[in-house]
Amino acid sequence: MSISNTFPITEDLIAAHGLKPDEYQRILDLIGREPSFTELGIFSAMWNEHCSYKSSKKWLKTLPTTGPRVLQGPGENAGVVDIGDGDCVVFKMESHNHPSYIEPYQGAATGVGGILRDVFTMGARPIAAMNALRFGAPDHPKTRHLVSGVVAGVGGYGNSFGVPTVGGEVEFDARYNGNCLVNAFAAGIAKTDGIFLSEAKGVGLPVVYLGAKTGRDGVGGATMASAEFDESIEEKRPTVQVGDPFTEKCLLEACLELMQTGAVIAIQDMGAAGLTCSAVEMGAKGDLGIELDLDKVPVREERMSAYEMMLSESQERMLMVLEPSKEEVAKAIFVKWGLDFAIVGKTTDDLRFRVLHQGEEVANLPIKELGDEAPEYDREWRELGGLSPLATSDVEEPDDYAQALLDLLGSPNNASRRWVWEQYDTLIQGNSLQIPGGDAGVVRVDGHATKALAFSSDVTPRYVEANPFEGGKQAVAECWRNLTATGAEPLAATDNLNFGNPERPEIMGQLVMAIQGIGEACRALDFPIVSGNVSLYNETNGEAILPTPTIGGVGLIPDWGHMARIGGAKAGDAVILIGGDGSHLGQSAWMRDCLQRAEGAPPPVDLMVERRNGDFIRSAIRNDLVTSCHDISSGGLAIALAEMAMASDLGLKLDLSDCQGPAHALLFGEDQARYVITVPADLAAYVTASAEGAGVPFRKLGTVAGSSLHIEGILSVPLGALRNAHESWFPSFMDTPAALAAE
Amino acid sequence: MKAAVVLLPGLNRDRDMIAALTKISGQAPQTVWQTESAIDDDVDLIVIPGGFSYGDYLRCGAIAARMPVMQAVREKAERGTRVIGVCNGFQILLEAGLLPGALMRNASLKFVCREVRLEVANADTAFTRGYSQGQIIRCPVAHHDGNYFAEADTLKRIEDGGQVAFRYTAETNPNGSVNNIAGIVNEAGNVLGMMPHPENLIESAHGGADGRALFEAALGLVDA
Repeated sequence: MSISNTFPITEDLIAAHGLKPDEYQRILDLIGREPSFTELGIFSAMWNEHCSYKSSKKWLKTLPTTGPRVLQGPGENAGVVDIGDGDCVVFKMESHNHPSYIEPYQGAATGVGGILRDVFTMGARPIAAMNALRFGAPDHPKTRHLVSGVVAGVGGYGNSFGVPTVGGEVEFDARYNGNCLVNAFAAGIAKTDGIFLSEAKGVGLPVVYLGAKTGRDGVGGATMASAEFDESIEEKRPTVQVGDPFTEKCLLEACLELMQTGAVIAIQDMGAAGLTCSAVEMGAKGDLGIELDLDKVPVREERMSAYEMMLSESQERMLMVLEPSKEEVAKAIFVKWGLDFAIVGKTTDDLRFRVLHQGEEVANLPIKELGDEAPEYDREWRELGGLSPLATSDVEEPDDYAQALLDLLGSPNNASRRWVWEQYDTLIQGNSLQIPGGDAGVVRVDGHATKALAFSSDVTPRYVEANPFEGGKQAVAECWRNLTATGAEPLAATDNLNFGNPERPEIMGQLVMAIQGIGEACRALDFPIVSGNVSLYNETNGEAILPTPTIGGVGLIPDWGHMARIGGAKAGDAVILIGGDGSHLGQSAWMRDCLQRAEGAPPPVDLMVERRNGDFIRSAIRNDLVTSCHDISSGGLAIALAEMAMASDLGLKLDLSDCQGPAHALLFGEDQARYVITVPADLAAYVTASAEGAGVPFRKLGTVAGSSLHIEGILSVPLGALRNAHESWFPSFMDTPAALAAE
Repeated sequence: MKAAVVLLPGLNRDRDMIAALTKISGQAPQTVWQTESAIDDDVDLIVIPGGFSYGDYLRCGAIAARMPVMQAVREKAERGTRVIGVCNGFQILLEAGLLPGALMRNASLKFVCREVRLEVANADTAFTRGYSQGQIIRCPVAHHDGNYFAEADTLKRIEDGGQVAFRYTAETNPNGSVNNIAGIVNEAGNVLGMMPHPENLIESAHGGADGRALFEAALGLVDA
């Protein structure tokens, strides 16, 4: 019995597909007739915000995406950057916010799976992953459930697949109460002459389906991810996919083996909008038509309709154009790995996207227009920011600085994330040189004696909220700084732009200005954006998340023998502040977390200063002048010093009396472009003279000594007390009986 | 000595293990795919690496233990060939009946990846003689199901027989294993199973080389 493709196309049905009336009119104009039910589904999949970037495209085009090392910018599955010696790094970051809120374990797991597939589709073996996670207030009833599920999901997929998770972020804010963020990053290494793209070539060639079978999971996922949430959210659970990391691991090995044989002409993973998006992208990029016969698609459920097959987001699947002479060898590889290999269609020269099912043509659409003619909006936006800097005199100093430091160090947003990253395999592949807990994750490059790559993911959403332009700049600058703090040369970045509903001018203003800030910083720091993802409509019942443009950066360390870590200081070393004294308390972590005040402009980012100070730090590290290094970010100098002392397991004996300004601004101010380094005592004079010569502000703060963080006349806290405050919040938050009761 | 590494779909520390054996012995180990039913006569060390064979969707190691290659491993083990199973490899050896006991879900119910301390509980085995009795070494763990258990009679037998090769120090036991057991050998002493990953601590890039002596001993690079 055949399955019907003849649902009447009603206004309700069109609206349920997330298509606005004018968008539907565009479809009618384009094809000159009413679309079939399956065709409506295909348009909905291709033209939703998630797949078409219709609100952001205009602004994304303004970002710098090229550079001497950039081999592939945005538009492919991932960006590609040359790291020399015939190798390149392939990387991207992508959100899985909506699914993770609905079903945290599977949402996060498939987010990791999707980004890994983006990387190995291009011919790269994944070598590192990161995750930037944002949750609601700790006391919100859903938060523990989401943290526990998301972290387990990230670990469950990444650990089984076998990629080390070397970095990331975890942050709490009430603005994420109804909409958590899961931004997954992956990077892989490939040969520069072994990169595979999605552009189909050649007419009449077989289109092959690879990997897992197609089921009904995730039907309509991309459309769901392009809408706001309301109370009906529970009904959306079936739109979340289910991950199978075992199949993905087999698919990785099979694809990399296959790519060695010369069988692959073009390849594209099936992510959002599965078969539809992958087939259209391959054809449209290659100026070719594609014909698919759905009766040949491997399925794991009976009586699936064409509509369901075209919109299924079943995981661990790929589509490729096959070199016909290699069919047998290609098939044998997939049989060996226990995966499906089915010829499901062919390339054509008529630029049509034709879908056949049970002998009937269920779709026949112009393939170029499906992708290229998606609506593009120039949405109204409003200029934001304009807050004045907060005067330090408007902020009272704490009575007890030691207690203030311990409170901050043990607060939800500044406490150690060990509880999280110990659930991730950080060591697999045997190349991890720096795992989470420092400034950036670092992994060795296999097959090279000295080379390593550094990875960091950063954004400070409260800054972006207060001033999207400065906040966008700061996200890039902090990422660049974290890479620099290991001694790496920042190469390029990926951006994952998480915002609310772009149809509201103030949200669109956040998006536009943040992109402008990101662009300015990337240009000034020669740190191009080579891939990325936009996630809009992160709102629940009309309340938007904090604007969160996450930046994932990659840096190159030519010789990891000349690298810096957050720990490793020796007793007697000099402690030197690079950059000016702390002065800027507006939007600081200390004011937010200890005074419950979110006021004033965020710290401005002077990109020239950022570059000058960073270049000095990198050169000092590479010349082996530095025994440890840490950047100063949220929590200011005080948190940076405490983290360094704990990481080296040594005290610091410091005196700030030469510094300018009140102690709370010196300790907790979040002025940018600053680092703390420790330097062997006999090199301190040389280092400070070099800083002076380079025009870099510096201040010798004291020495590595004793077993307390001691700041003369201000505070003195034993390491044990620091560690207790820093390490205890997360486990006690997650492992209390209340946490169990909530699940 | 010639080493072989068993490959099964879903294992993912195979590359780590191959790299470690290559760096330590100077020669790349042979690899044996799951469907092969014989292992070369001249192989004297077989290693089953860690990972998630068959996704661990059934009991960890249960499917892998029933693949043809495990019959070959069993035959070689019975003839005295040295066998090491690490992490999922340990789980597979237990499921295959080559070692006694079972591995349950970690007491925390969570995956755990961190460095622990191991006490060399018996330095008089083919795998541990590069260490001294009672020596404390560093070693990373990364697993979800490493909580070793054996019922009382079996436990007494392996304890009395010196079959416990490694124990977690009490304060670093990451999974709730009975008697802090981290690794055991069979009665004949030629089969070792352990949860920690010595292959991830063999060179300065790993921040230490405490795991190296295990492979040196197993490969016969340490004087008996």
